[in-house]
Amino acid sequence: MPATLMTDRELQFKSIAYRRALLQLIFSAGAGHTGGGLSCLDILNVLYHRILRVSPETRDSPDRDRYVQSKGHSVEALYVVLADRGFFPRTDLQTVCRYQSPYVGHPTRKVPGIEMNTGALGHGLAISAGMALAAKLDGRSYRVFTLLGDGELAEGSNWEAAMAASHYRLDNLTAIIDHNTLQITGPTRDVCSNEPLDDKWRAFGWTVRETDGHDVAALTRVLGAPPEPGKPTCVIAHTIKGKGVSFMESVPRWHHGVPTAAELARAVAELDAVETRLREEAA
Amino acid sequence: MSAPAPSVFSPTAARLAEKLGLALGQPNLDVFADTLLELARANPDILALTSDSRGSGKLAPFGQALPRQLVEVGIAEQNLVGMAAGLAACGKKPFAVSPASFLTTRALEQIKNDVCYSDVPVVLVGISAGTSYGALGSTHHSLHDLAVLRAIPNLSIVVPADNWETREAVRWAATARQPVYLRFGKAPTRHLGTAERRFEPGQATVLREGADAAFIGTGETVVHCLLAAGALAAEGRECRVISMPWVKPLDEETLVSAGRECEAVIVAEEHSVHGGLGEACASALMRAGIRVPFRIAAIPDEETVTGSQADIFRHYGLTMEGLSQAARELLEGL
Repeated sequence: MPATLMTDRELQFKSIAYRRALLQLIFSAGAGHTGGGLSCLDILNVLYHRILRVSPETRDSPDRDRYVQSKGHSVEALYVVLADRGFFPRTDLQTVCRYQSPYVGHPTRKVPGIEMNTGALGHGLAISAGMALAAKLDGRSYRVFTLLGDGELAEGSNWEAAMAASHYRLDNLTAIIDHNTLQITGPTRDVCSNEPLDDKWRAFGWTVRETDGHDVAALTRVLGAPPEPGKPTCVIAHTIKGKGVSFMESVPRWHHGVPTAAELARAVAELDAVETRLREEAA
Repeated sequence: MSAPAPSVFSPTAARLAEKLGLALGQPNLDVFADTLLELARANPDILALTSDSRGSGKLAPFGQALPRQLVEVGIAEQNLVGMAAGLAACGKKPFAVSPASFLTTRALEQIKNDVCYSDVPVVLVGISAGTSYGALGSTHHSLHDLAVLRAIPNLSIVVPADNWETREAVRWAATARQPVYLRFGKAPTRHLGTAERRFEPGQATVLREGADAAFIGTGETVVHCLLAAGALAAEGRECRVISMPWVKPLDEETLVSAGRECEAVIVAEEHSVHGGLGEACASALMRAGIRVPFRIAAIPDEETVTGSQADIFRHYGLTMEGLSQAARELLEGL
């Protein structure tokens, strides 16, 4: 059941607006994880508009879908989407990382709409498996989604959880890999290769689906597809770190680079140009 | 080298224990498992999570009686705690049961972040704690757990001394809305007297009055404190004995009273001298401005001697003989 009724085109406009908001947020906070936020924004856009059965009004319902952001460092992307979906006022974003703000530089449950505190890598999948198991034990129909970075997969705890999820036949669990192929040091294949990723997940008993992680229609098809009964689903979303800003794309230093005012202006101008082009196409 | 000591009590200590009515009970671990099963029968949200530890956790009967309420994750402590956090966030009441050594070291980050920082009501149960595994060595000992866990906010740390404290602690933990760490050994423990006791969160129990030395124990050392006080009574010294199951939050009122009213304070714990109950008490006494002869009877900062739990207790003076001697030295200013 889609959370909102928006066309692909409308979601594309959302993606552009979210990118602008993300960059402005990181610029104003003076800190943040720019590259990974840009790589996962389209995934979050589709999740919160089309997949997750969750809203500000139902955020405490026991039957709501759960989303756990295991790659907690991309919290700015999550803040932008949650604010837009009305979980908290947009003006709250001005306090991100400020003294005594609940809007920490990683997700915490103090923020409406955030399910668990994350940030140390390799935690979200086990938590999500526990949530999915709780649904099974209680006979509830909610689904659990978690977003992992590809560099994060070097944490062994992921594979403990991957084993348990297939052992318990958690077909209500979906792990999305933000496969942007870069981590803080450089290409993941050079740091400590985790390829072949798809075979690894299959070997652990998961259904594997792959998608372009920036194509909202493709993401909708893959994330919205019914799971294979008795098996958890791994969605490998092929993404580009820094997506949407030419000088940030696939450049490792933008992992947690903060744009200067001039860089922000350049980035926003690029996004504005894309938006104009889309509007012309739509017209 | 000699054969392992068969008992943590010397023949003299065992005779005194009988005389004082400190009858031998079950291992606290068995009482934990029985109590948890009883609670889980009444509350289907209570789950026991094990990391291939249902045997060592005495949870096989639980698994047979309530198979849907036993979640086995295999030898994977990080996943044990992470899944427990997820289950708790969705309304379940998980008891994550694993040997204390592995639970609190391997899964420390999950305890810190997924349970305590996220504030979900998981009960972490460290079994075969302290030196329970004896000659299996330091890999299996947990002499660090109180130190590391004390430094993590939002966690109650409870170390029951006997079967009664264990039953009460498990019942309380099942209703707790915040994270809890329970720590049990696996050897049979003695009942700490028949006097009326009340188990209140954050409160210690004075088991014996006196104003010469005060012994403060937690877990399996408390009985040796009682025996030491009994031995010293024969010498005309009246010593206070306090069972302090709550390592955090600490019962500072009972502690400070002991510091003010007694000539010396000895804290006995089956833990490293660093960072456990002893240092917690020392810090609280200093904050209260109390200067009193003070000693921590615990495992020193060295590779632990090889031997049974009884050998290790005897070697480091965590016995009637060792603790009464420590009191004599402090009281005589040696």
